[in-house]
Amino acid sequence: MTSFICTRLAQSILVLFIMSLLVFGGVNLVGDPVEMLINPEADQAEVERVIRELGLDRPVTEQYWYFLVNAFKGDLGSSFIFGEPALKLIIQRMPATLELALFSLFISLIIAIPLGIYAGYNPDSKASKVIMAGSIFGFSMPTFWVGIIFIMIFAVQLGWLPSTGRGEIGTFMGINSSLFTLNGLSHVFLPALNLALFKISSVIRLTRAGTREIILQDYITFARSKGISEKRVVLIHVLKNILIPIVTVVGLEFGSLIAFSTVTETVFAWPGMGKLIIDSIYNLDRPVIVAYLMIIVTFFVFLNLIVDIIYTFLDPRVRIKGDHQ
Amino acid sequence: MSPKLRKFLEFCKDFSSNKVALVAFFIFLLILFVAIFAPLVSPTDPYDLNTVSIMNSRLPPFSEDFSGNYFLLGTDGAGRDMVSAIFYGLRVSLGVGVLSGIFALIIGSFFGISAAFFGGRYESIIMRIVDIQLSFPSILVALIILAAFGKGIEKTIIALILVQWAYYARTARSSALVEINKEYVDAARCLAFGNTRIMFKHILPNCMAPLIVVGTLQTAHAISLEATLSFLGLGLPITEPSLGLLIGNGFEYMYSGDFWISIFPGVALLITVASINLVGDHLRDMFNPRLH
Repeated sequence: MTSFICTRLAQSILVLFIMSLLVFGGVNLVGDPVEMLINPEADQAEVERVIRELGLDRPVTEQYWYFLVNAFKGDLGSSFIFGEPALKLIIQRMPATLELALFSLFISLIIAIPLGIYAGYNPDSKASKVIMAGSIFGFSMPTFWVGIIFIMIFAVQLGWLPSTGRGEIGTFMGINSSLFTLNGLSHVFLPALNLALFKISSVIRLTRAGTREIILQDYITFARSKGISEKRVVLIHVLKNILIPIVTVVGLEFGSLIAFSTVTETVFAWPGMGKLIIDSIYNLDRPVIVAYLMIIVTFFVFLNLIVDIIYTFLDPRVRIKGDHQ
Repeated sequence: MSPKLRKFLEFCKDFSSNKVALVAFFIFLLILFVAIFAPLVSPTDPYDLNTVSIMNSRLPPFSEDFSGNYFLLGTDGAGRDMVSAIFYGLRVSLGVGVLSGIFALIIGSFFGISAAFFGGRYESIIMRIVDIQLSFPSILVALIILAAFGKGIEKTIIALILVQWAYYARTARSSALVEINKEYVDAARCLAFGNTRIMFKHILPNCMAPLIVVGTLQTAHAISLEATLSFLGLGLPITEPSLGLLIGNGFEYMYSGDFWISIFPGVALLITVASINLVGDHLRDMFNPRLH
């Protein structure tokens, strides 16, 4: 067990190191930030001063070494555009992304679980077929395009909901979030629904498959033979048993919501990490690109590490296999 | 009738049992035809500056310009006919999707089959890389590549190959592991055939069914991902206007109510991806022994 965790930890660190090399090396090959950042009217002396200040005159290897050393200190460089530490910029925008991802997770569960149970409970009904066909379309629909359609219908044509920004931000128990104000909620609704779409499709399929398995179990037959109403069978027995695998899978896939929020944030001008990275790529703001990629990769590497460790606790087979390696 | 032909006809009959998949397949063939012959079937050449007039910019669907040109789906901000722009866009989107899919299939099945064949340390390293890569969402992998190396058609294709190869490698390995224990592989070994010959002439053809299923679903995914990346401004450059780029261009006119510039390329994208997915879904059911 310990050896398993150690191997995985070493592997995670190796992945991080390779990523740092790839990201830093790659970003340094793109464009010329000197041209992008310095006022074209600046004189030669001014240009040289800025180059020195940003460390762009050093050899790339040296720049990388400084980057590594500083990364360990938590200093990932300063944004060329904002003049602030890149790490700080990203952390400032993290709550907006997390709040969007959490709310869309909530929406997807609320919508998908009832539909999935229905489709699993009545697999041959017309409505179930519509639900399942809809879930294939949900997979096929490009998120950004659906977002555009949402904006067109609900913001431009009907004018019901705002389509850009985060809205008013409320404070509750020391946490700042737009989920705590009505105005903020109206802003988060469309982007969250948009982000939830692909999750809805997959949770419907998962729930349906689970429900079809569960209703064949003996305890469901037993519950029915006790004379419990069908409504109670579904709401108590089926729902309870289906929730465990769904919550596990969806919880573990939370990272993908954060990754996909990049797209949604760009469409809805949501001021989160995803929009920041797209803007930074557009502006060739190298320190922010590097910092974002390093942070997101670290996040995923450790998320996966934790998932692996939890799995070894839940499933002994993984543990045994790990010990053999 | 040769056994191969009979097998093929049987497959066709099997495939046609699902009407939805059959219709989807014909829709896909139509899209493929339009994409390949875009210059012939388009009403105008949308990128020929001599015929495109800025005077026609943002005409709504079903409108005509002064010289009698008819625009079924309207025009975009530069006065291009949307129908033609979509046909040319399909060409780029499908081209990039299919090309990256083929490369990923080749690379993925090479590593997958060789991992299963040689086993040992080589196999565990390959499969560990596959596992690590699959633990990152596809969009993140593509984002890392394109953010680090910049946009462009070849970089987009490389990013899409990198996103997909791991799926092929995993599929190829798991079906190769089953095949390797069969007698024909032993027989080939007894005949002292080379490893390469056994792997790619004997084992690979028997792993094709699951690889084709993964291939259809992955190609649909790649087309959709390319559109997303191009929309974000990370994928294809403006000189290769794929559907994603067309949608992105229309986005800025959305707020003034000119919906058609974004909506119609999106519908084309949706129909393309959905038809491939429906075919892939049905193929998966057909090849899945548990459902028979």
